[in-house]
Amino acid sequence: MPRRPHQKDSDTDEDGRTSASFTKRRKTSETTEEIEKRLESLICRVGEKSSSSLESNLEGLAAVLEADLPNFKPQILQILLCCSYQLPEKCPIYTTLVGLLNVRNYKCGGEFVEMLLLKLKRLLSISQFENARFLIQFVSDLVNCNVIAPASVMSLLDGFVDVTKQEGIPQSRKDWYVYVVMATLPWCGATLTEKKVDEMEVLFTKMQRYIMTRQKPHHDFLRVWAIDEPHPQEEYMDCLFAQICKLREDNWVEDILPRPYKAFEPVLENALQHTFPDFVVPPHIEGTSLYPIPKVIFRIFDYTDCPEGPLLPGNHAIERWLIEESMRNMINTNKYDKKECATRLLNFPGKEKIPLNHMIIECLLGDMFRLPVSPLQQIFYTSIFIELCRLQPGMIPQVLAIASDMLFERLDTMNITCVDRFVNWFSHHLSNFQFRWTWDDWGDCLQEDFNSPKPKFIREVLEKCMRLAFFARIRDIVPQDFEPLVPQPPKICFKYEVVPGANASEDDHMMITSSQKIIAAIKNKCQDDELIVMLEEMFPQGPEQVHNGKRLELFLQSLLFLAQKSFSHSFSALFKFHKVLKWAASDEEGKVDVLRITKDIWRNHPQMLIVLVDRMLRMEIVDCSSVAKWLFSPDMAPDFTRMYVWEIMHMTIRKMNKHVARLDASLVEMQERAIVDDKKMDDDEESDMRRSYSVFAPNEEDIQKMKEQVDTASGEQKKLFLIIFQRFIMILSDHLARSAGLHKNYNTSWYKNTIERLKEIFLLHKDMVKKYMSTMENLLFTVDLDPHILTVFKQFASIAK
Amino acid sequence: MTFDPTQDVILRPLLKDPGCDLTAYRDQHFKGSRNDQENLLRNSNTLYVGNLSYYTTEEQIHELFSKCGDLKRLVMGLDKFKKTPCGFCFVEYMERSSAEDAMRYINGTRLDDRVVRTDWDAGFKEGRQYGRGKRGGQVRDEYRMDFDPGRGGFGARAQLKSEKQTTGPAAEKEETET
Repeated sequence: MPRRPHQKDSDTDEDGRTSASFTKRRKTSETTEEIEKRLESLICRVGEKSSSSLESNLEGLAAVLEADLPNFKPQILQILLCCSYQLPEKCPIYTTLVGLLNVRNYKCGGEFVEMLLLKLKRLLSISQFENARFLIQFVSDLVNCNVIAPASVMSLLDGFVDVTKQEGIPQSRKDWYVYVVMATLPWCGATLTEKKVDEMEVLFTKMQRYIMTRQKPHHDFLRVWAIDEPHPQEEYMDCLFAQICKLREDNWVEDILPRPYKAFEPVLENALQHTFPDFVVPPHIEGTSLYPIPKVIFRIFDYTDCPEGPLLPGNHAIERWLIEESMRNMINTNKYDKKECATRLLNFPGKEKIPLNHMIIECLLGDMFRLPVSPLQQIFYTSIFIELCRLQPGMIPQVLAIASDMLFERLDTMNITCVDRFVNWFSHHLSNFQFRWTWDDWGDCLQEDFNSPKPKFIREVLEKCMRLAFFARIRDIVPQDFEPLVPQPPKICFKYEVVPGANASEDDHMMITSSQKIIAAIKNKCQDDELIVMLEEMFPQGPEQVHNGKRLELFLQSLLFLAQKSFSHSFSALFKFHKVLKWAASDEEGKVDVLRITKDIWRNHPQMLIVLVDRMLRMEIVDCSSVAKWLFSPDMAPDFTRMYVWEIMHMTIRKMNKHVARLDASLVEMQERAIVDDKKMDDDEESDMRRSYSVFAPNEEDIQKMKEQVDTASGEQKKLFLIIFQRFIMILSDHLARSAGLHKNYNTSWYKNTIERLKEIFLLHKDMVKKYMSTMENLLFTVDLDPHILTVFKQFASIAK
Repeated sequence: MTFDPTQDVILRPLLKDPGCDLTAYRDQHFKGSRNDQENLLRNSNTLYVGNLSYYTTEEQIHELFSKCGDLKRLVMGLDKFKKTPCGFCFVEYMERSSAEDAMRYINGTRLDDRVVRTDWDAGFKEGRQYGRGKRGGQVRDEYRMDFDPGRGGFGARAQLKSEKQTTGPAAEKEETET
């Protein structure tokens, strides 16, 4: 129980400077902060595991807070405000607490309601929509505690739905305001129907009209599986509306949401309700307002998958949504602490009533596969699954294995980004459990073409497993008949190998000898300039400034061969001789050639290739555009569908985006520093300092230079995307034309893979690509293009708005 | 005290980030005050990674830790005399947020079948890649009494002890007793 402050100490005199009184004096001001901390801790802890009942804890806490209101009202209200949207999984607990406080102190209740609405307005105007949703949920639940009048909540929700009438606003804005009303109804639907039945009828009619008429072009882009067998992948608004309608039919009865206020009905009944005027929804601000992206509901289980024990709630049962929401909130609150997160999930309140393990796994997998981007890092999901396996070794691994099996079975229709994530998760997970898996169960897929999704998945998984272990280990973990799917041992393929007794042509012999000379020179610690001289002598350059491929190949192959021992060796080699490389590969053609040669020598070690490309980009030996050109070159065609190619592609785009973002940020920071407001300066020390610092503030010239850098980088970024799209169009058109010419089916594994990768680039980089829409429409995705390709572009255009 | 809705206050329990807290370890060879060291640790992008097998390669470590973000560099810990890996390394990320994710999510999971431990490091400096044990490896391998095949078998002292026992009077006593 927090102690009251300002307790007069009789043995302290006014000017007492004895150590005892000085400590006491310090303690008094520290105590205020201590009390705040203690209040915060008390309030946050209510509802946690306790030896007393929740009701008695709430009763006790309400009494404590009431007593502290005279001295700590702002702090208490601030803490409760934070709880209202930062601890959404405990919403009814805090609304009950507020209800009890309101009974004891009506004025305080009113102030709090005002604070809630001010904060809501703030959250909506800065696009913090998830927080706003939790706050609205809280406000609505207060109608159950007699804190807010039903008429006010009704008008609030009605006002939200009326946003659909606004014109000239993006659909995502209308969507969100309807979504938030639906998401709130499980809490307040019963009370509102009881007190405002007509208004509720109107509300539902309006919502229904909107749900039925809205367009959903994003559905195809965001679904994990392309088909609805065996489980429908519903659009999130459709699904929630169906669930809410069913809940309404069932008279708002569900047994998931805790309602602690019910125990206090006689007390709360006596409270006076607060009302508030019509809430003005903050307007849409073009370029600033950022609404949440729509979702597709991930379903991997139905009730047949949980035959024993409690039933899995159906797709349109509100319980399914409420439990998932609660789990998501739990995960978000504890995302930094994997142990705590896993423990809380496994101790889900009411876990006896549900197939807990299945629901946890479905929720986490759904988030892991969420398109375009998961709520949390991929590594989070891997580590939470490992933690869950550790805490519940009797159940979780089995359900996880069943889920993995299901995911494997449905690979044919799984979105390619999700397949990549599945590969990465599955291989990393196995590496934590000695790579134990029942591979034989998947043996059937060996009969298929090795480019079809299932065997391809296994190949990619084994390749990733090898990166985390080593070749012999991985070869030994799979049954013998899986041998064709095992990756190559990651050995170097040196072109100028000295093979004794081999019949080398004169030209080859010359190259081998030259290579030996280069290697010897490097071993003898020659300087980069000396190497340049050597190479110039071996390959005298004619008058034409044409890229000398042979010279570059000789040098680069020899260098990488010498440095093959480890990543560090290769990085040092590149660093030491980057000047030579830049000299030998100075133009566009040369840069692409560097990549071709690197791939040639390390074709059995994709991991090494990836890190080398990364280094070369960092050292500016190659640039992003040359990487894109190389990946689409005929040389890379046999590997085009392999995961490592797309790892490189996405890494390159990411690097470019980061580079531009960094320069943008520098420009903004520079512009802020340049603001020197002479008028506000007085004659004091601070202004004096500011004046002297203003000498160092960036001037117009500096800012102009920075602007040019930003422009150049943005230009490079646009060029990169255009190259990528142009190349996609080329190879897809080519394939379609050839298939038509040979009367063959165009829908091969390669085609499916490639078209999906095109969609992936659109989806993952939507915000960048949006900027180039007109260029793409006019130059690339023109009407004369094959309709198969044009459709993809049109679909993307519809969601780019 | 009027209410300011623009003020962003976050509940303290939500700020808890136990994975990223500093541990009790401080480098005794660090040149500077405790305060300096702690400031560096709190802003560091570099992690110490321990309990690796002597046979774990740079490539394996790179693959695992890259899952949290782009690596700036990786320095293998080496035996001072043999110059071979002796079971630890430094991982430096381009961004601190990547290092935080590694502390939260990779610490305590397995690499090469061993549970690896990560901790904040004040920053790599030349010379810090060498083991500080008398025999060239890490100090912990000097005092270790268990048999760990991934880390050269028995620890240094345990090996010495067993050598003494097989030749001294105590050893003879043991033999007669078994």
